[in-house]
Amino acid sequence: MPTKILDLPDTSYVLPGNRACAGCGIGIALRQITAALDGKMVMTVPASCLTVLGGMYPIASVSVPWLNVAFPSTAAAASGLAAGLRATGREGEMTVLAMAGDGGTGDIGIQALSGAAERNDDFIYLCYDNEAYMNTGTQRSGSTPAGARTTTTWAGKRENPKDLPRIMEAHGIPYVASTSAAFPTDVYDKVAKARDIHGLRYIHMNTPCPSGWSFDPKDTVAIGKLAVDSGLVVLYEVVDGVFRLTSRSASLAKAGGRLKPVAGYVATQGRFRGMSDEAIASVQAWVDTRWAGYLARDAAEHCSSQTTAS
Amino acid sequence: MSAPESACAAALATASMEVMTGNDAAATAAKLARVQVIAAYPITPQSPVVEQLSAWVESGELPAEFVTVESEHSALTVCIAASTVGARTFTATSANGLAYMTEQVWWAAGARLPIVMCIANRAMAAPWNVLNDQQDSMSVRDAGWVQLYCRDNQEILDTTLQAYRIAERLHVPVMVCYDGFLLSHTMMPVSVPDAAVIDAWLPKYDHPLTVVDPADPRNIGPVVIADPRADASGEGHGGYMEIRAQLHGALLEVLDVIPKVDSEYGAAVGRQWGGLLWEHMLDDAEVVLVAAGSLGTQLTVAAEKLREEGVKAGVLGIRAYRPFPVAALRGKLAGRKLALVYDKALAYGYEGPICSDLRGCLLGTPDAPAVFGAVCGLGGRDVPVDQLAGAARRALADAEAGLRVRETDWINLHLEG
Repeated sequence: MPTKILDLPDTSYVLPGNRACAGCGIGIALRQITAALDGKMVMTVPASCLTVLGGMYPIASVSVPWLNVAFPSTAAAASGLAAGLRATGREGEMTVLAMAGDGGTGDIGIQALSGAAERNDDFIYLCYDNEAYMNTGTQRSGSTPAGARTTTTWAGKRENPKDLPRIMEAHGIPYVASTSAAFPTDVYDKVAKARDIHGLRYIHMNTPCPSGWSFDPKDTVAIGKLAVDSGLVVLYEVVDGVFRLTSRSASLAKAGGRLKPVAGYVATQGRFRGMSDEAIASVQAWVDTRWAGYLARDAAEHCSSQTTAS
Repeated sequence: MSAPESACAAALATASMEVMTGNDAAATAAKLARVQVIAAYPITPQSPVVEQLSAWVESGELPAEFVTVESEHSALTVCIAASTVGARTFTATSANGLAYMTEQVWWAAGARLPIVMCIANRAMAAPWNVLNDQQDSMSVRDAGWVQLYCRDNQEILDTTLQAYRIAERLHVPVMVCYDGFLLSHTMMPVSVPDAAVIDAWLPKYDHPLTVVDPADPRNIGPVVIADPRADASGEGHGGYMEIRAQLHGALLEVLDVIPKVDSEYGAAVGRQWGGLLWEHMLDDAEVVLVAAGSLGTQLTVAAEKLREEGVKAGVLGIRAYRPFPVAALRGKLAGRKLALVYDKALAYGYEGPICSDLRGCLLGTPDAPAVFGAVCGLGGRDVPVDQLAGAARRALADAEAGLRVRETDWINLHLEG
């Protein structure tokens, strides 16, 4: 059964006060991620917004072991932590969590991540996807959506983002999930489920960014929810190759699969200002095709596996 | 090599004499050191080191984690993270592999991790060349690692073992450099110490600087600002510059630790290698031939040839290039007529790196010799002994003609084809 919001643990390993921007989606999710692991963890983090959130020496804002590493090396560092803990007989003491942004994961970090996934090394990799290089001032990444203006796509990005969870699924790892920082219970449940699986577990987490997407910091959760309702972000998991929609995306599918229009989502954020009708229509077509694929997969894999089980 | 009088005769008696390549000597040392985590990526001429270690891990002869990473960048990253947890780690690479991991070379030193990495020295591309020179390790000499250069396969085995003791004593990473192919693929007799002797000499690594424990959470390697800053309880802590100064201080301390560890090894195992420097016929030498690595062995033959001609030549070998043994070099070279440095690398647009460093450290000291440079052996170019001697004759003639400054001499270069 999915966890309800009131049932989330009160324990927080994220201390009051950190250096993240107001309204940063990472902070909401990090509470659930660390709680789902009971703080029995070591996390490794590359150069990113999360580094900034973590604090500057000698003050830290998160009370779990945390190893900072170079930008391309997050997954390899997690492999090294897992190997080091095994070699010293401490592998049962904590879960290894790699946590990096979309650029650190899908661009500069994808080589090390692909290697670790092919070896099925024993750690959770969580990508918080704020859809651009936010820490360096909003440059486009491979995860930036089409139409978004960044400091390296002044007229709006032309390409749709790469599908990182699907790339990770192609490695044949035991667990792949897509979630959103605006759905803390979905984040919590997926990390808690991943905790009990061995091998490489990949969780992709959409993370609204007020400063990079240009919206009011009070609207982080509303915009994250709208992204799901509009189908730009889909909440799902793939356990041993079997796909199922979860949380809000599963409810949308159950209610007939109707999504809110992309145009409405685009209108909420300054980064899409000036986006042409053609460009919006093109993104809408991309969303519709993807959503139809997810619905078909959910029906074929999840619903049929349920039928088989009953 | 010299055996101290107090050499542990029992250790020598239990050692086994084997014939092996330099790469096998490095792998054998890593096994004797009971490394716990190995990560490496193939590159010529280093590959046989990790092939051998992989076979031992698979057969169960070496109980270690072997992570078959997808790049050198990840190889050193795995060692960084595993060493942070407290595991004894090993990797090896060459040339472009070392260049590819350069970011992590700096990271390992800045994070004060006692990683040992063997470098089978190879030329840097472009153009492609898999043969020996020392441009690769010289290019990262300033990163904060200890760099030790070996003359032969026995020294590779002994130095790799010594490297762990040096690294773990001062929390600094150590590169053990040996010439690709000339040593890495050349078979030589090597005395392999008994595992029990090494276990007693190099106990388990159990005192990492870093703490990775959910009951005592630490943020390791976070952003550090320029200036000192108070923690939450108001206590002041150093800024970036203080942390870097501590690394520099540790490396300077290594200058004392290298000879100590060498003599401790001598007492336990029965062999030592001169500590920071080694010498051959140096006592009365007026002309001192200086080099790092196996080139030094060739220079001993060149020096003997020059002696036959009446030139008082000797050899001073650089074993520790980083930290640079300034005081030892000044002591050995004061009063000589000439020091000729043979570099197998070049700071392009200037001169050989060891030559620059040596001239700098002797500048303004009493009775300093003239310091001239020669570059040789790039990309595996043959370095015949008579040409090494010829370069010494030319340098001596220049010094006797009163020159104190001279262009770099290129040995065995044929620009006309």
